[in-house]
Amino acid sequence: MGLLDKHKAYSQAYGSIRDMGADPFNVKFEAVLSPTEGVVNGRPTILLGTNNYLGLTFDESCIEASRQATRQLGTGTTGSRIANGSFGGHLELEREIARFYGRRTAMTFTTGYQANLGVLSTLVGRGDHLLLDADSHASLYDGARLGHAEIIRFRHNDPDDLRKRLQRLKGQPGNRLIVTEGIYSMVGDVAPLKEIVEVKREMGAYLMVDEAHSLGVLGETGRGLAEAEGCEADVDVITGTFSKSLGAIGGFCVSDMEDFEVMRVVCRPYMFTASLPPSVVASTLQALKRVEEEPGLRHRLNANAQRLYNGLTKLGFELGPRCSPIVAVAVPDQPRAIAVWKALLDQGVYLNLALPPATPDARPLLRSSISVAHTDDQIDQVLRAFKTVGAAFGLVNPSQQRASA
Amino acid sequence: MSTLESVTDLTVHQIGRTASAVMQRNVEVTAASDIGRDLGVDSLTLMNIVMELEDVFELSIPIDRLADVETVGDLAALINELRARG
Repeated sequence: MGLLDKHKAYSQAYGSIRDMGADPFNVKFEAVLSPTEGVVNGRPTILLGTNNYLGLTFDESCIEASRQATRQLGTGTTGSRIANGSFGGHLELEREIARFYGRRTAMTFTTGYQANLGVLSTLVGRGDHLLLDADSHASLYDGARLGHAEIIRFRHNDPDDLRKRLQRLKGQPGNRLIVTEGIYSMVGDVAPLKEIVEVKREMGAYLMVDEAHSLGVLGETGRGLAEAEGCEADVDVITGTFSKSLGAIGGFCVSDMEDFEVMRVVCRPYMFTASLPPSVVASTLQALKRVEEEPGLRHRLNANAQRLYNGLTKLGFELGPRCSPIVAVAVPDQPRAIAVWKALLDQGVYLNLALPPATPDARPLLRSSISVAHTDDQIDQVLRAFKTVGAAFGLVNPSQQRASA
Repeated sequence: MSTLESVTDLTVHQIGRTASAVMQRNVEVTAASDIGRDLGVDSLTLMNIVMELEDVFELSIPIDRLADVETVGDLAALINELRARG
């Protein structure tokens, strides 16, 4: 039996998707001209599935910082944080992240995926209990699996269900760590953090929030959902990423726990990997400055999100429960989802196609993320493309269409 | 038939009922049914079935224990072990 035979089912499933003339997991961006414009299949394309919420990948000051750092320090650190890979910039970035979050300690990781892998596999161990929201990102599931704690799922965004499951653990030794996300990556809904904090206090547990999609997006100063909900004092660990609002790659965690520094010598996804290159550290530091000095970015982002969300709602599409910079359209079946995804791309609109089992329920999603960099014209162009495609594929419910305001 | 065997049968039967409810189609199972191959259950659906079974049996079925579960019989044995422990 060949090594890859075990993946035959996926191979066949992938093959039948490509037989439809679509290759959503292998799109080639021949050119990327701005946070919102690219070239795909030789065609100018609006980029609507990038997580580039603040458009900082093309910010002049971030690019300049990156360029200078490469000139001064070279193309890479070629080492781990515990060997030769801790440059001044890495320490400065950690200090700045810690200051931004008002926490004692910050650790940076080479990717956000590794930050979750590291925290979940190291902070809890054998005999401890992880309570994961059912819709948790793959990085959280994988981090849980890498460690040795018991893993219990609770129903998505359901504090009563969380309480019930913690209740079942009563009397069992070990620590409990509840894990939720700020903004969930598929549908853009947010955790009911205040109620989860109540459960945490009532039942006795630690709480971690992954603010990957909410940093730079929610909260008075852009710290995320915990700030927006006034819950920061009850959140014990926050993780996040540099690959969305901050426009690069990398991850971090922050905490006030005493002796958190020990993580640097026990956390394998931190230790056994090369550290971020100087260019990324520099652009991320500058991007963080931009987030802090220009709150208007957040406000305009949310205005753009409203425009897209309301526009799609008026057209009669089925969206997630709440407007956020992630706007996902549910499609009843997979063949139609693939065909619609391709039709949108042919109309010059790129967004993400999410298929089960990567989606919260069994339905495929056309998932878009809006950026502050999208213009009203671009959003209107997207809405026109959706209107055409919605009609052609029978996706809109005429009775759901709202009359123009 | 020993008491242990009949308890396992009941659990196997319940797993079949719960899987049917979650997958919204009739699922016939025996202890030997392979969850992935015979029932066509992917990892997410299995976790959702387990979530329902936790409520049916009023216990925690940690998903880290699912790595060793291949057949319905394996899952029934796990549930019965957890019931005995609790």
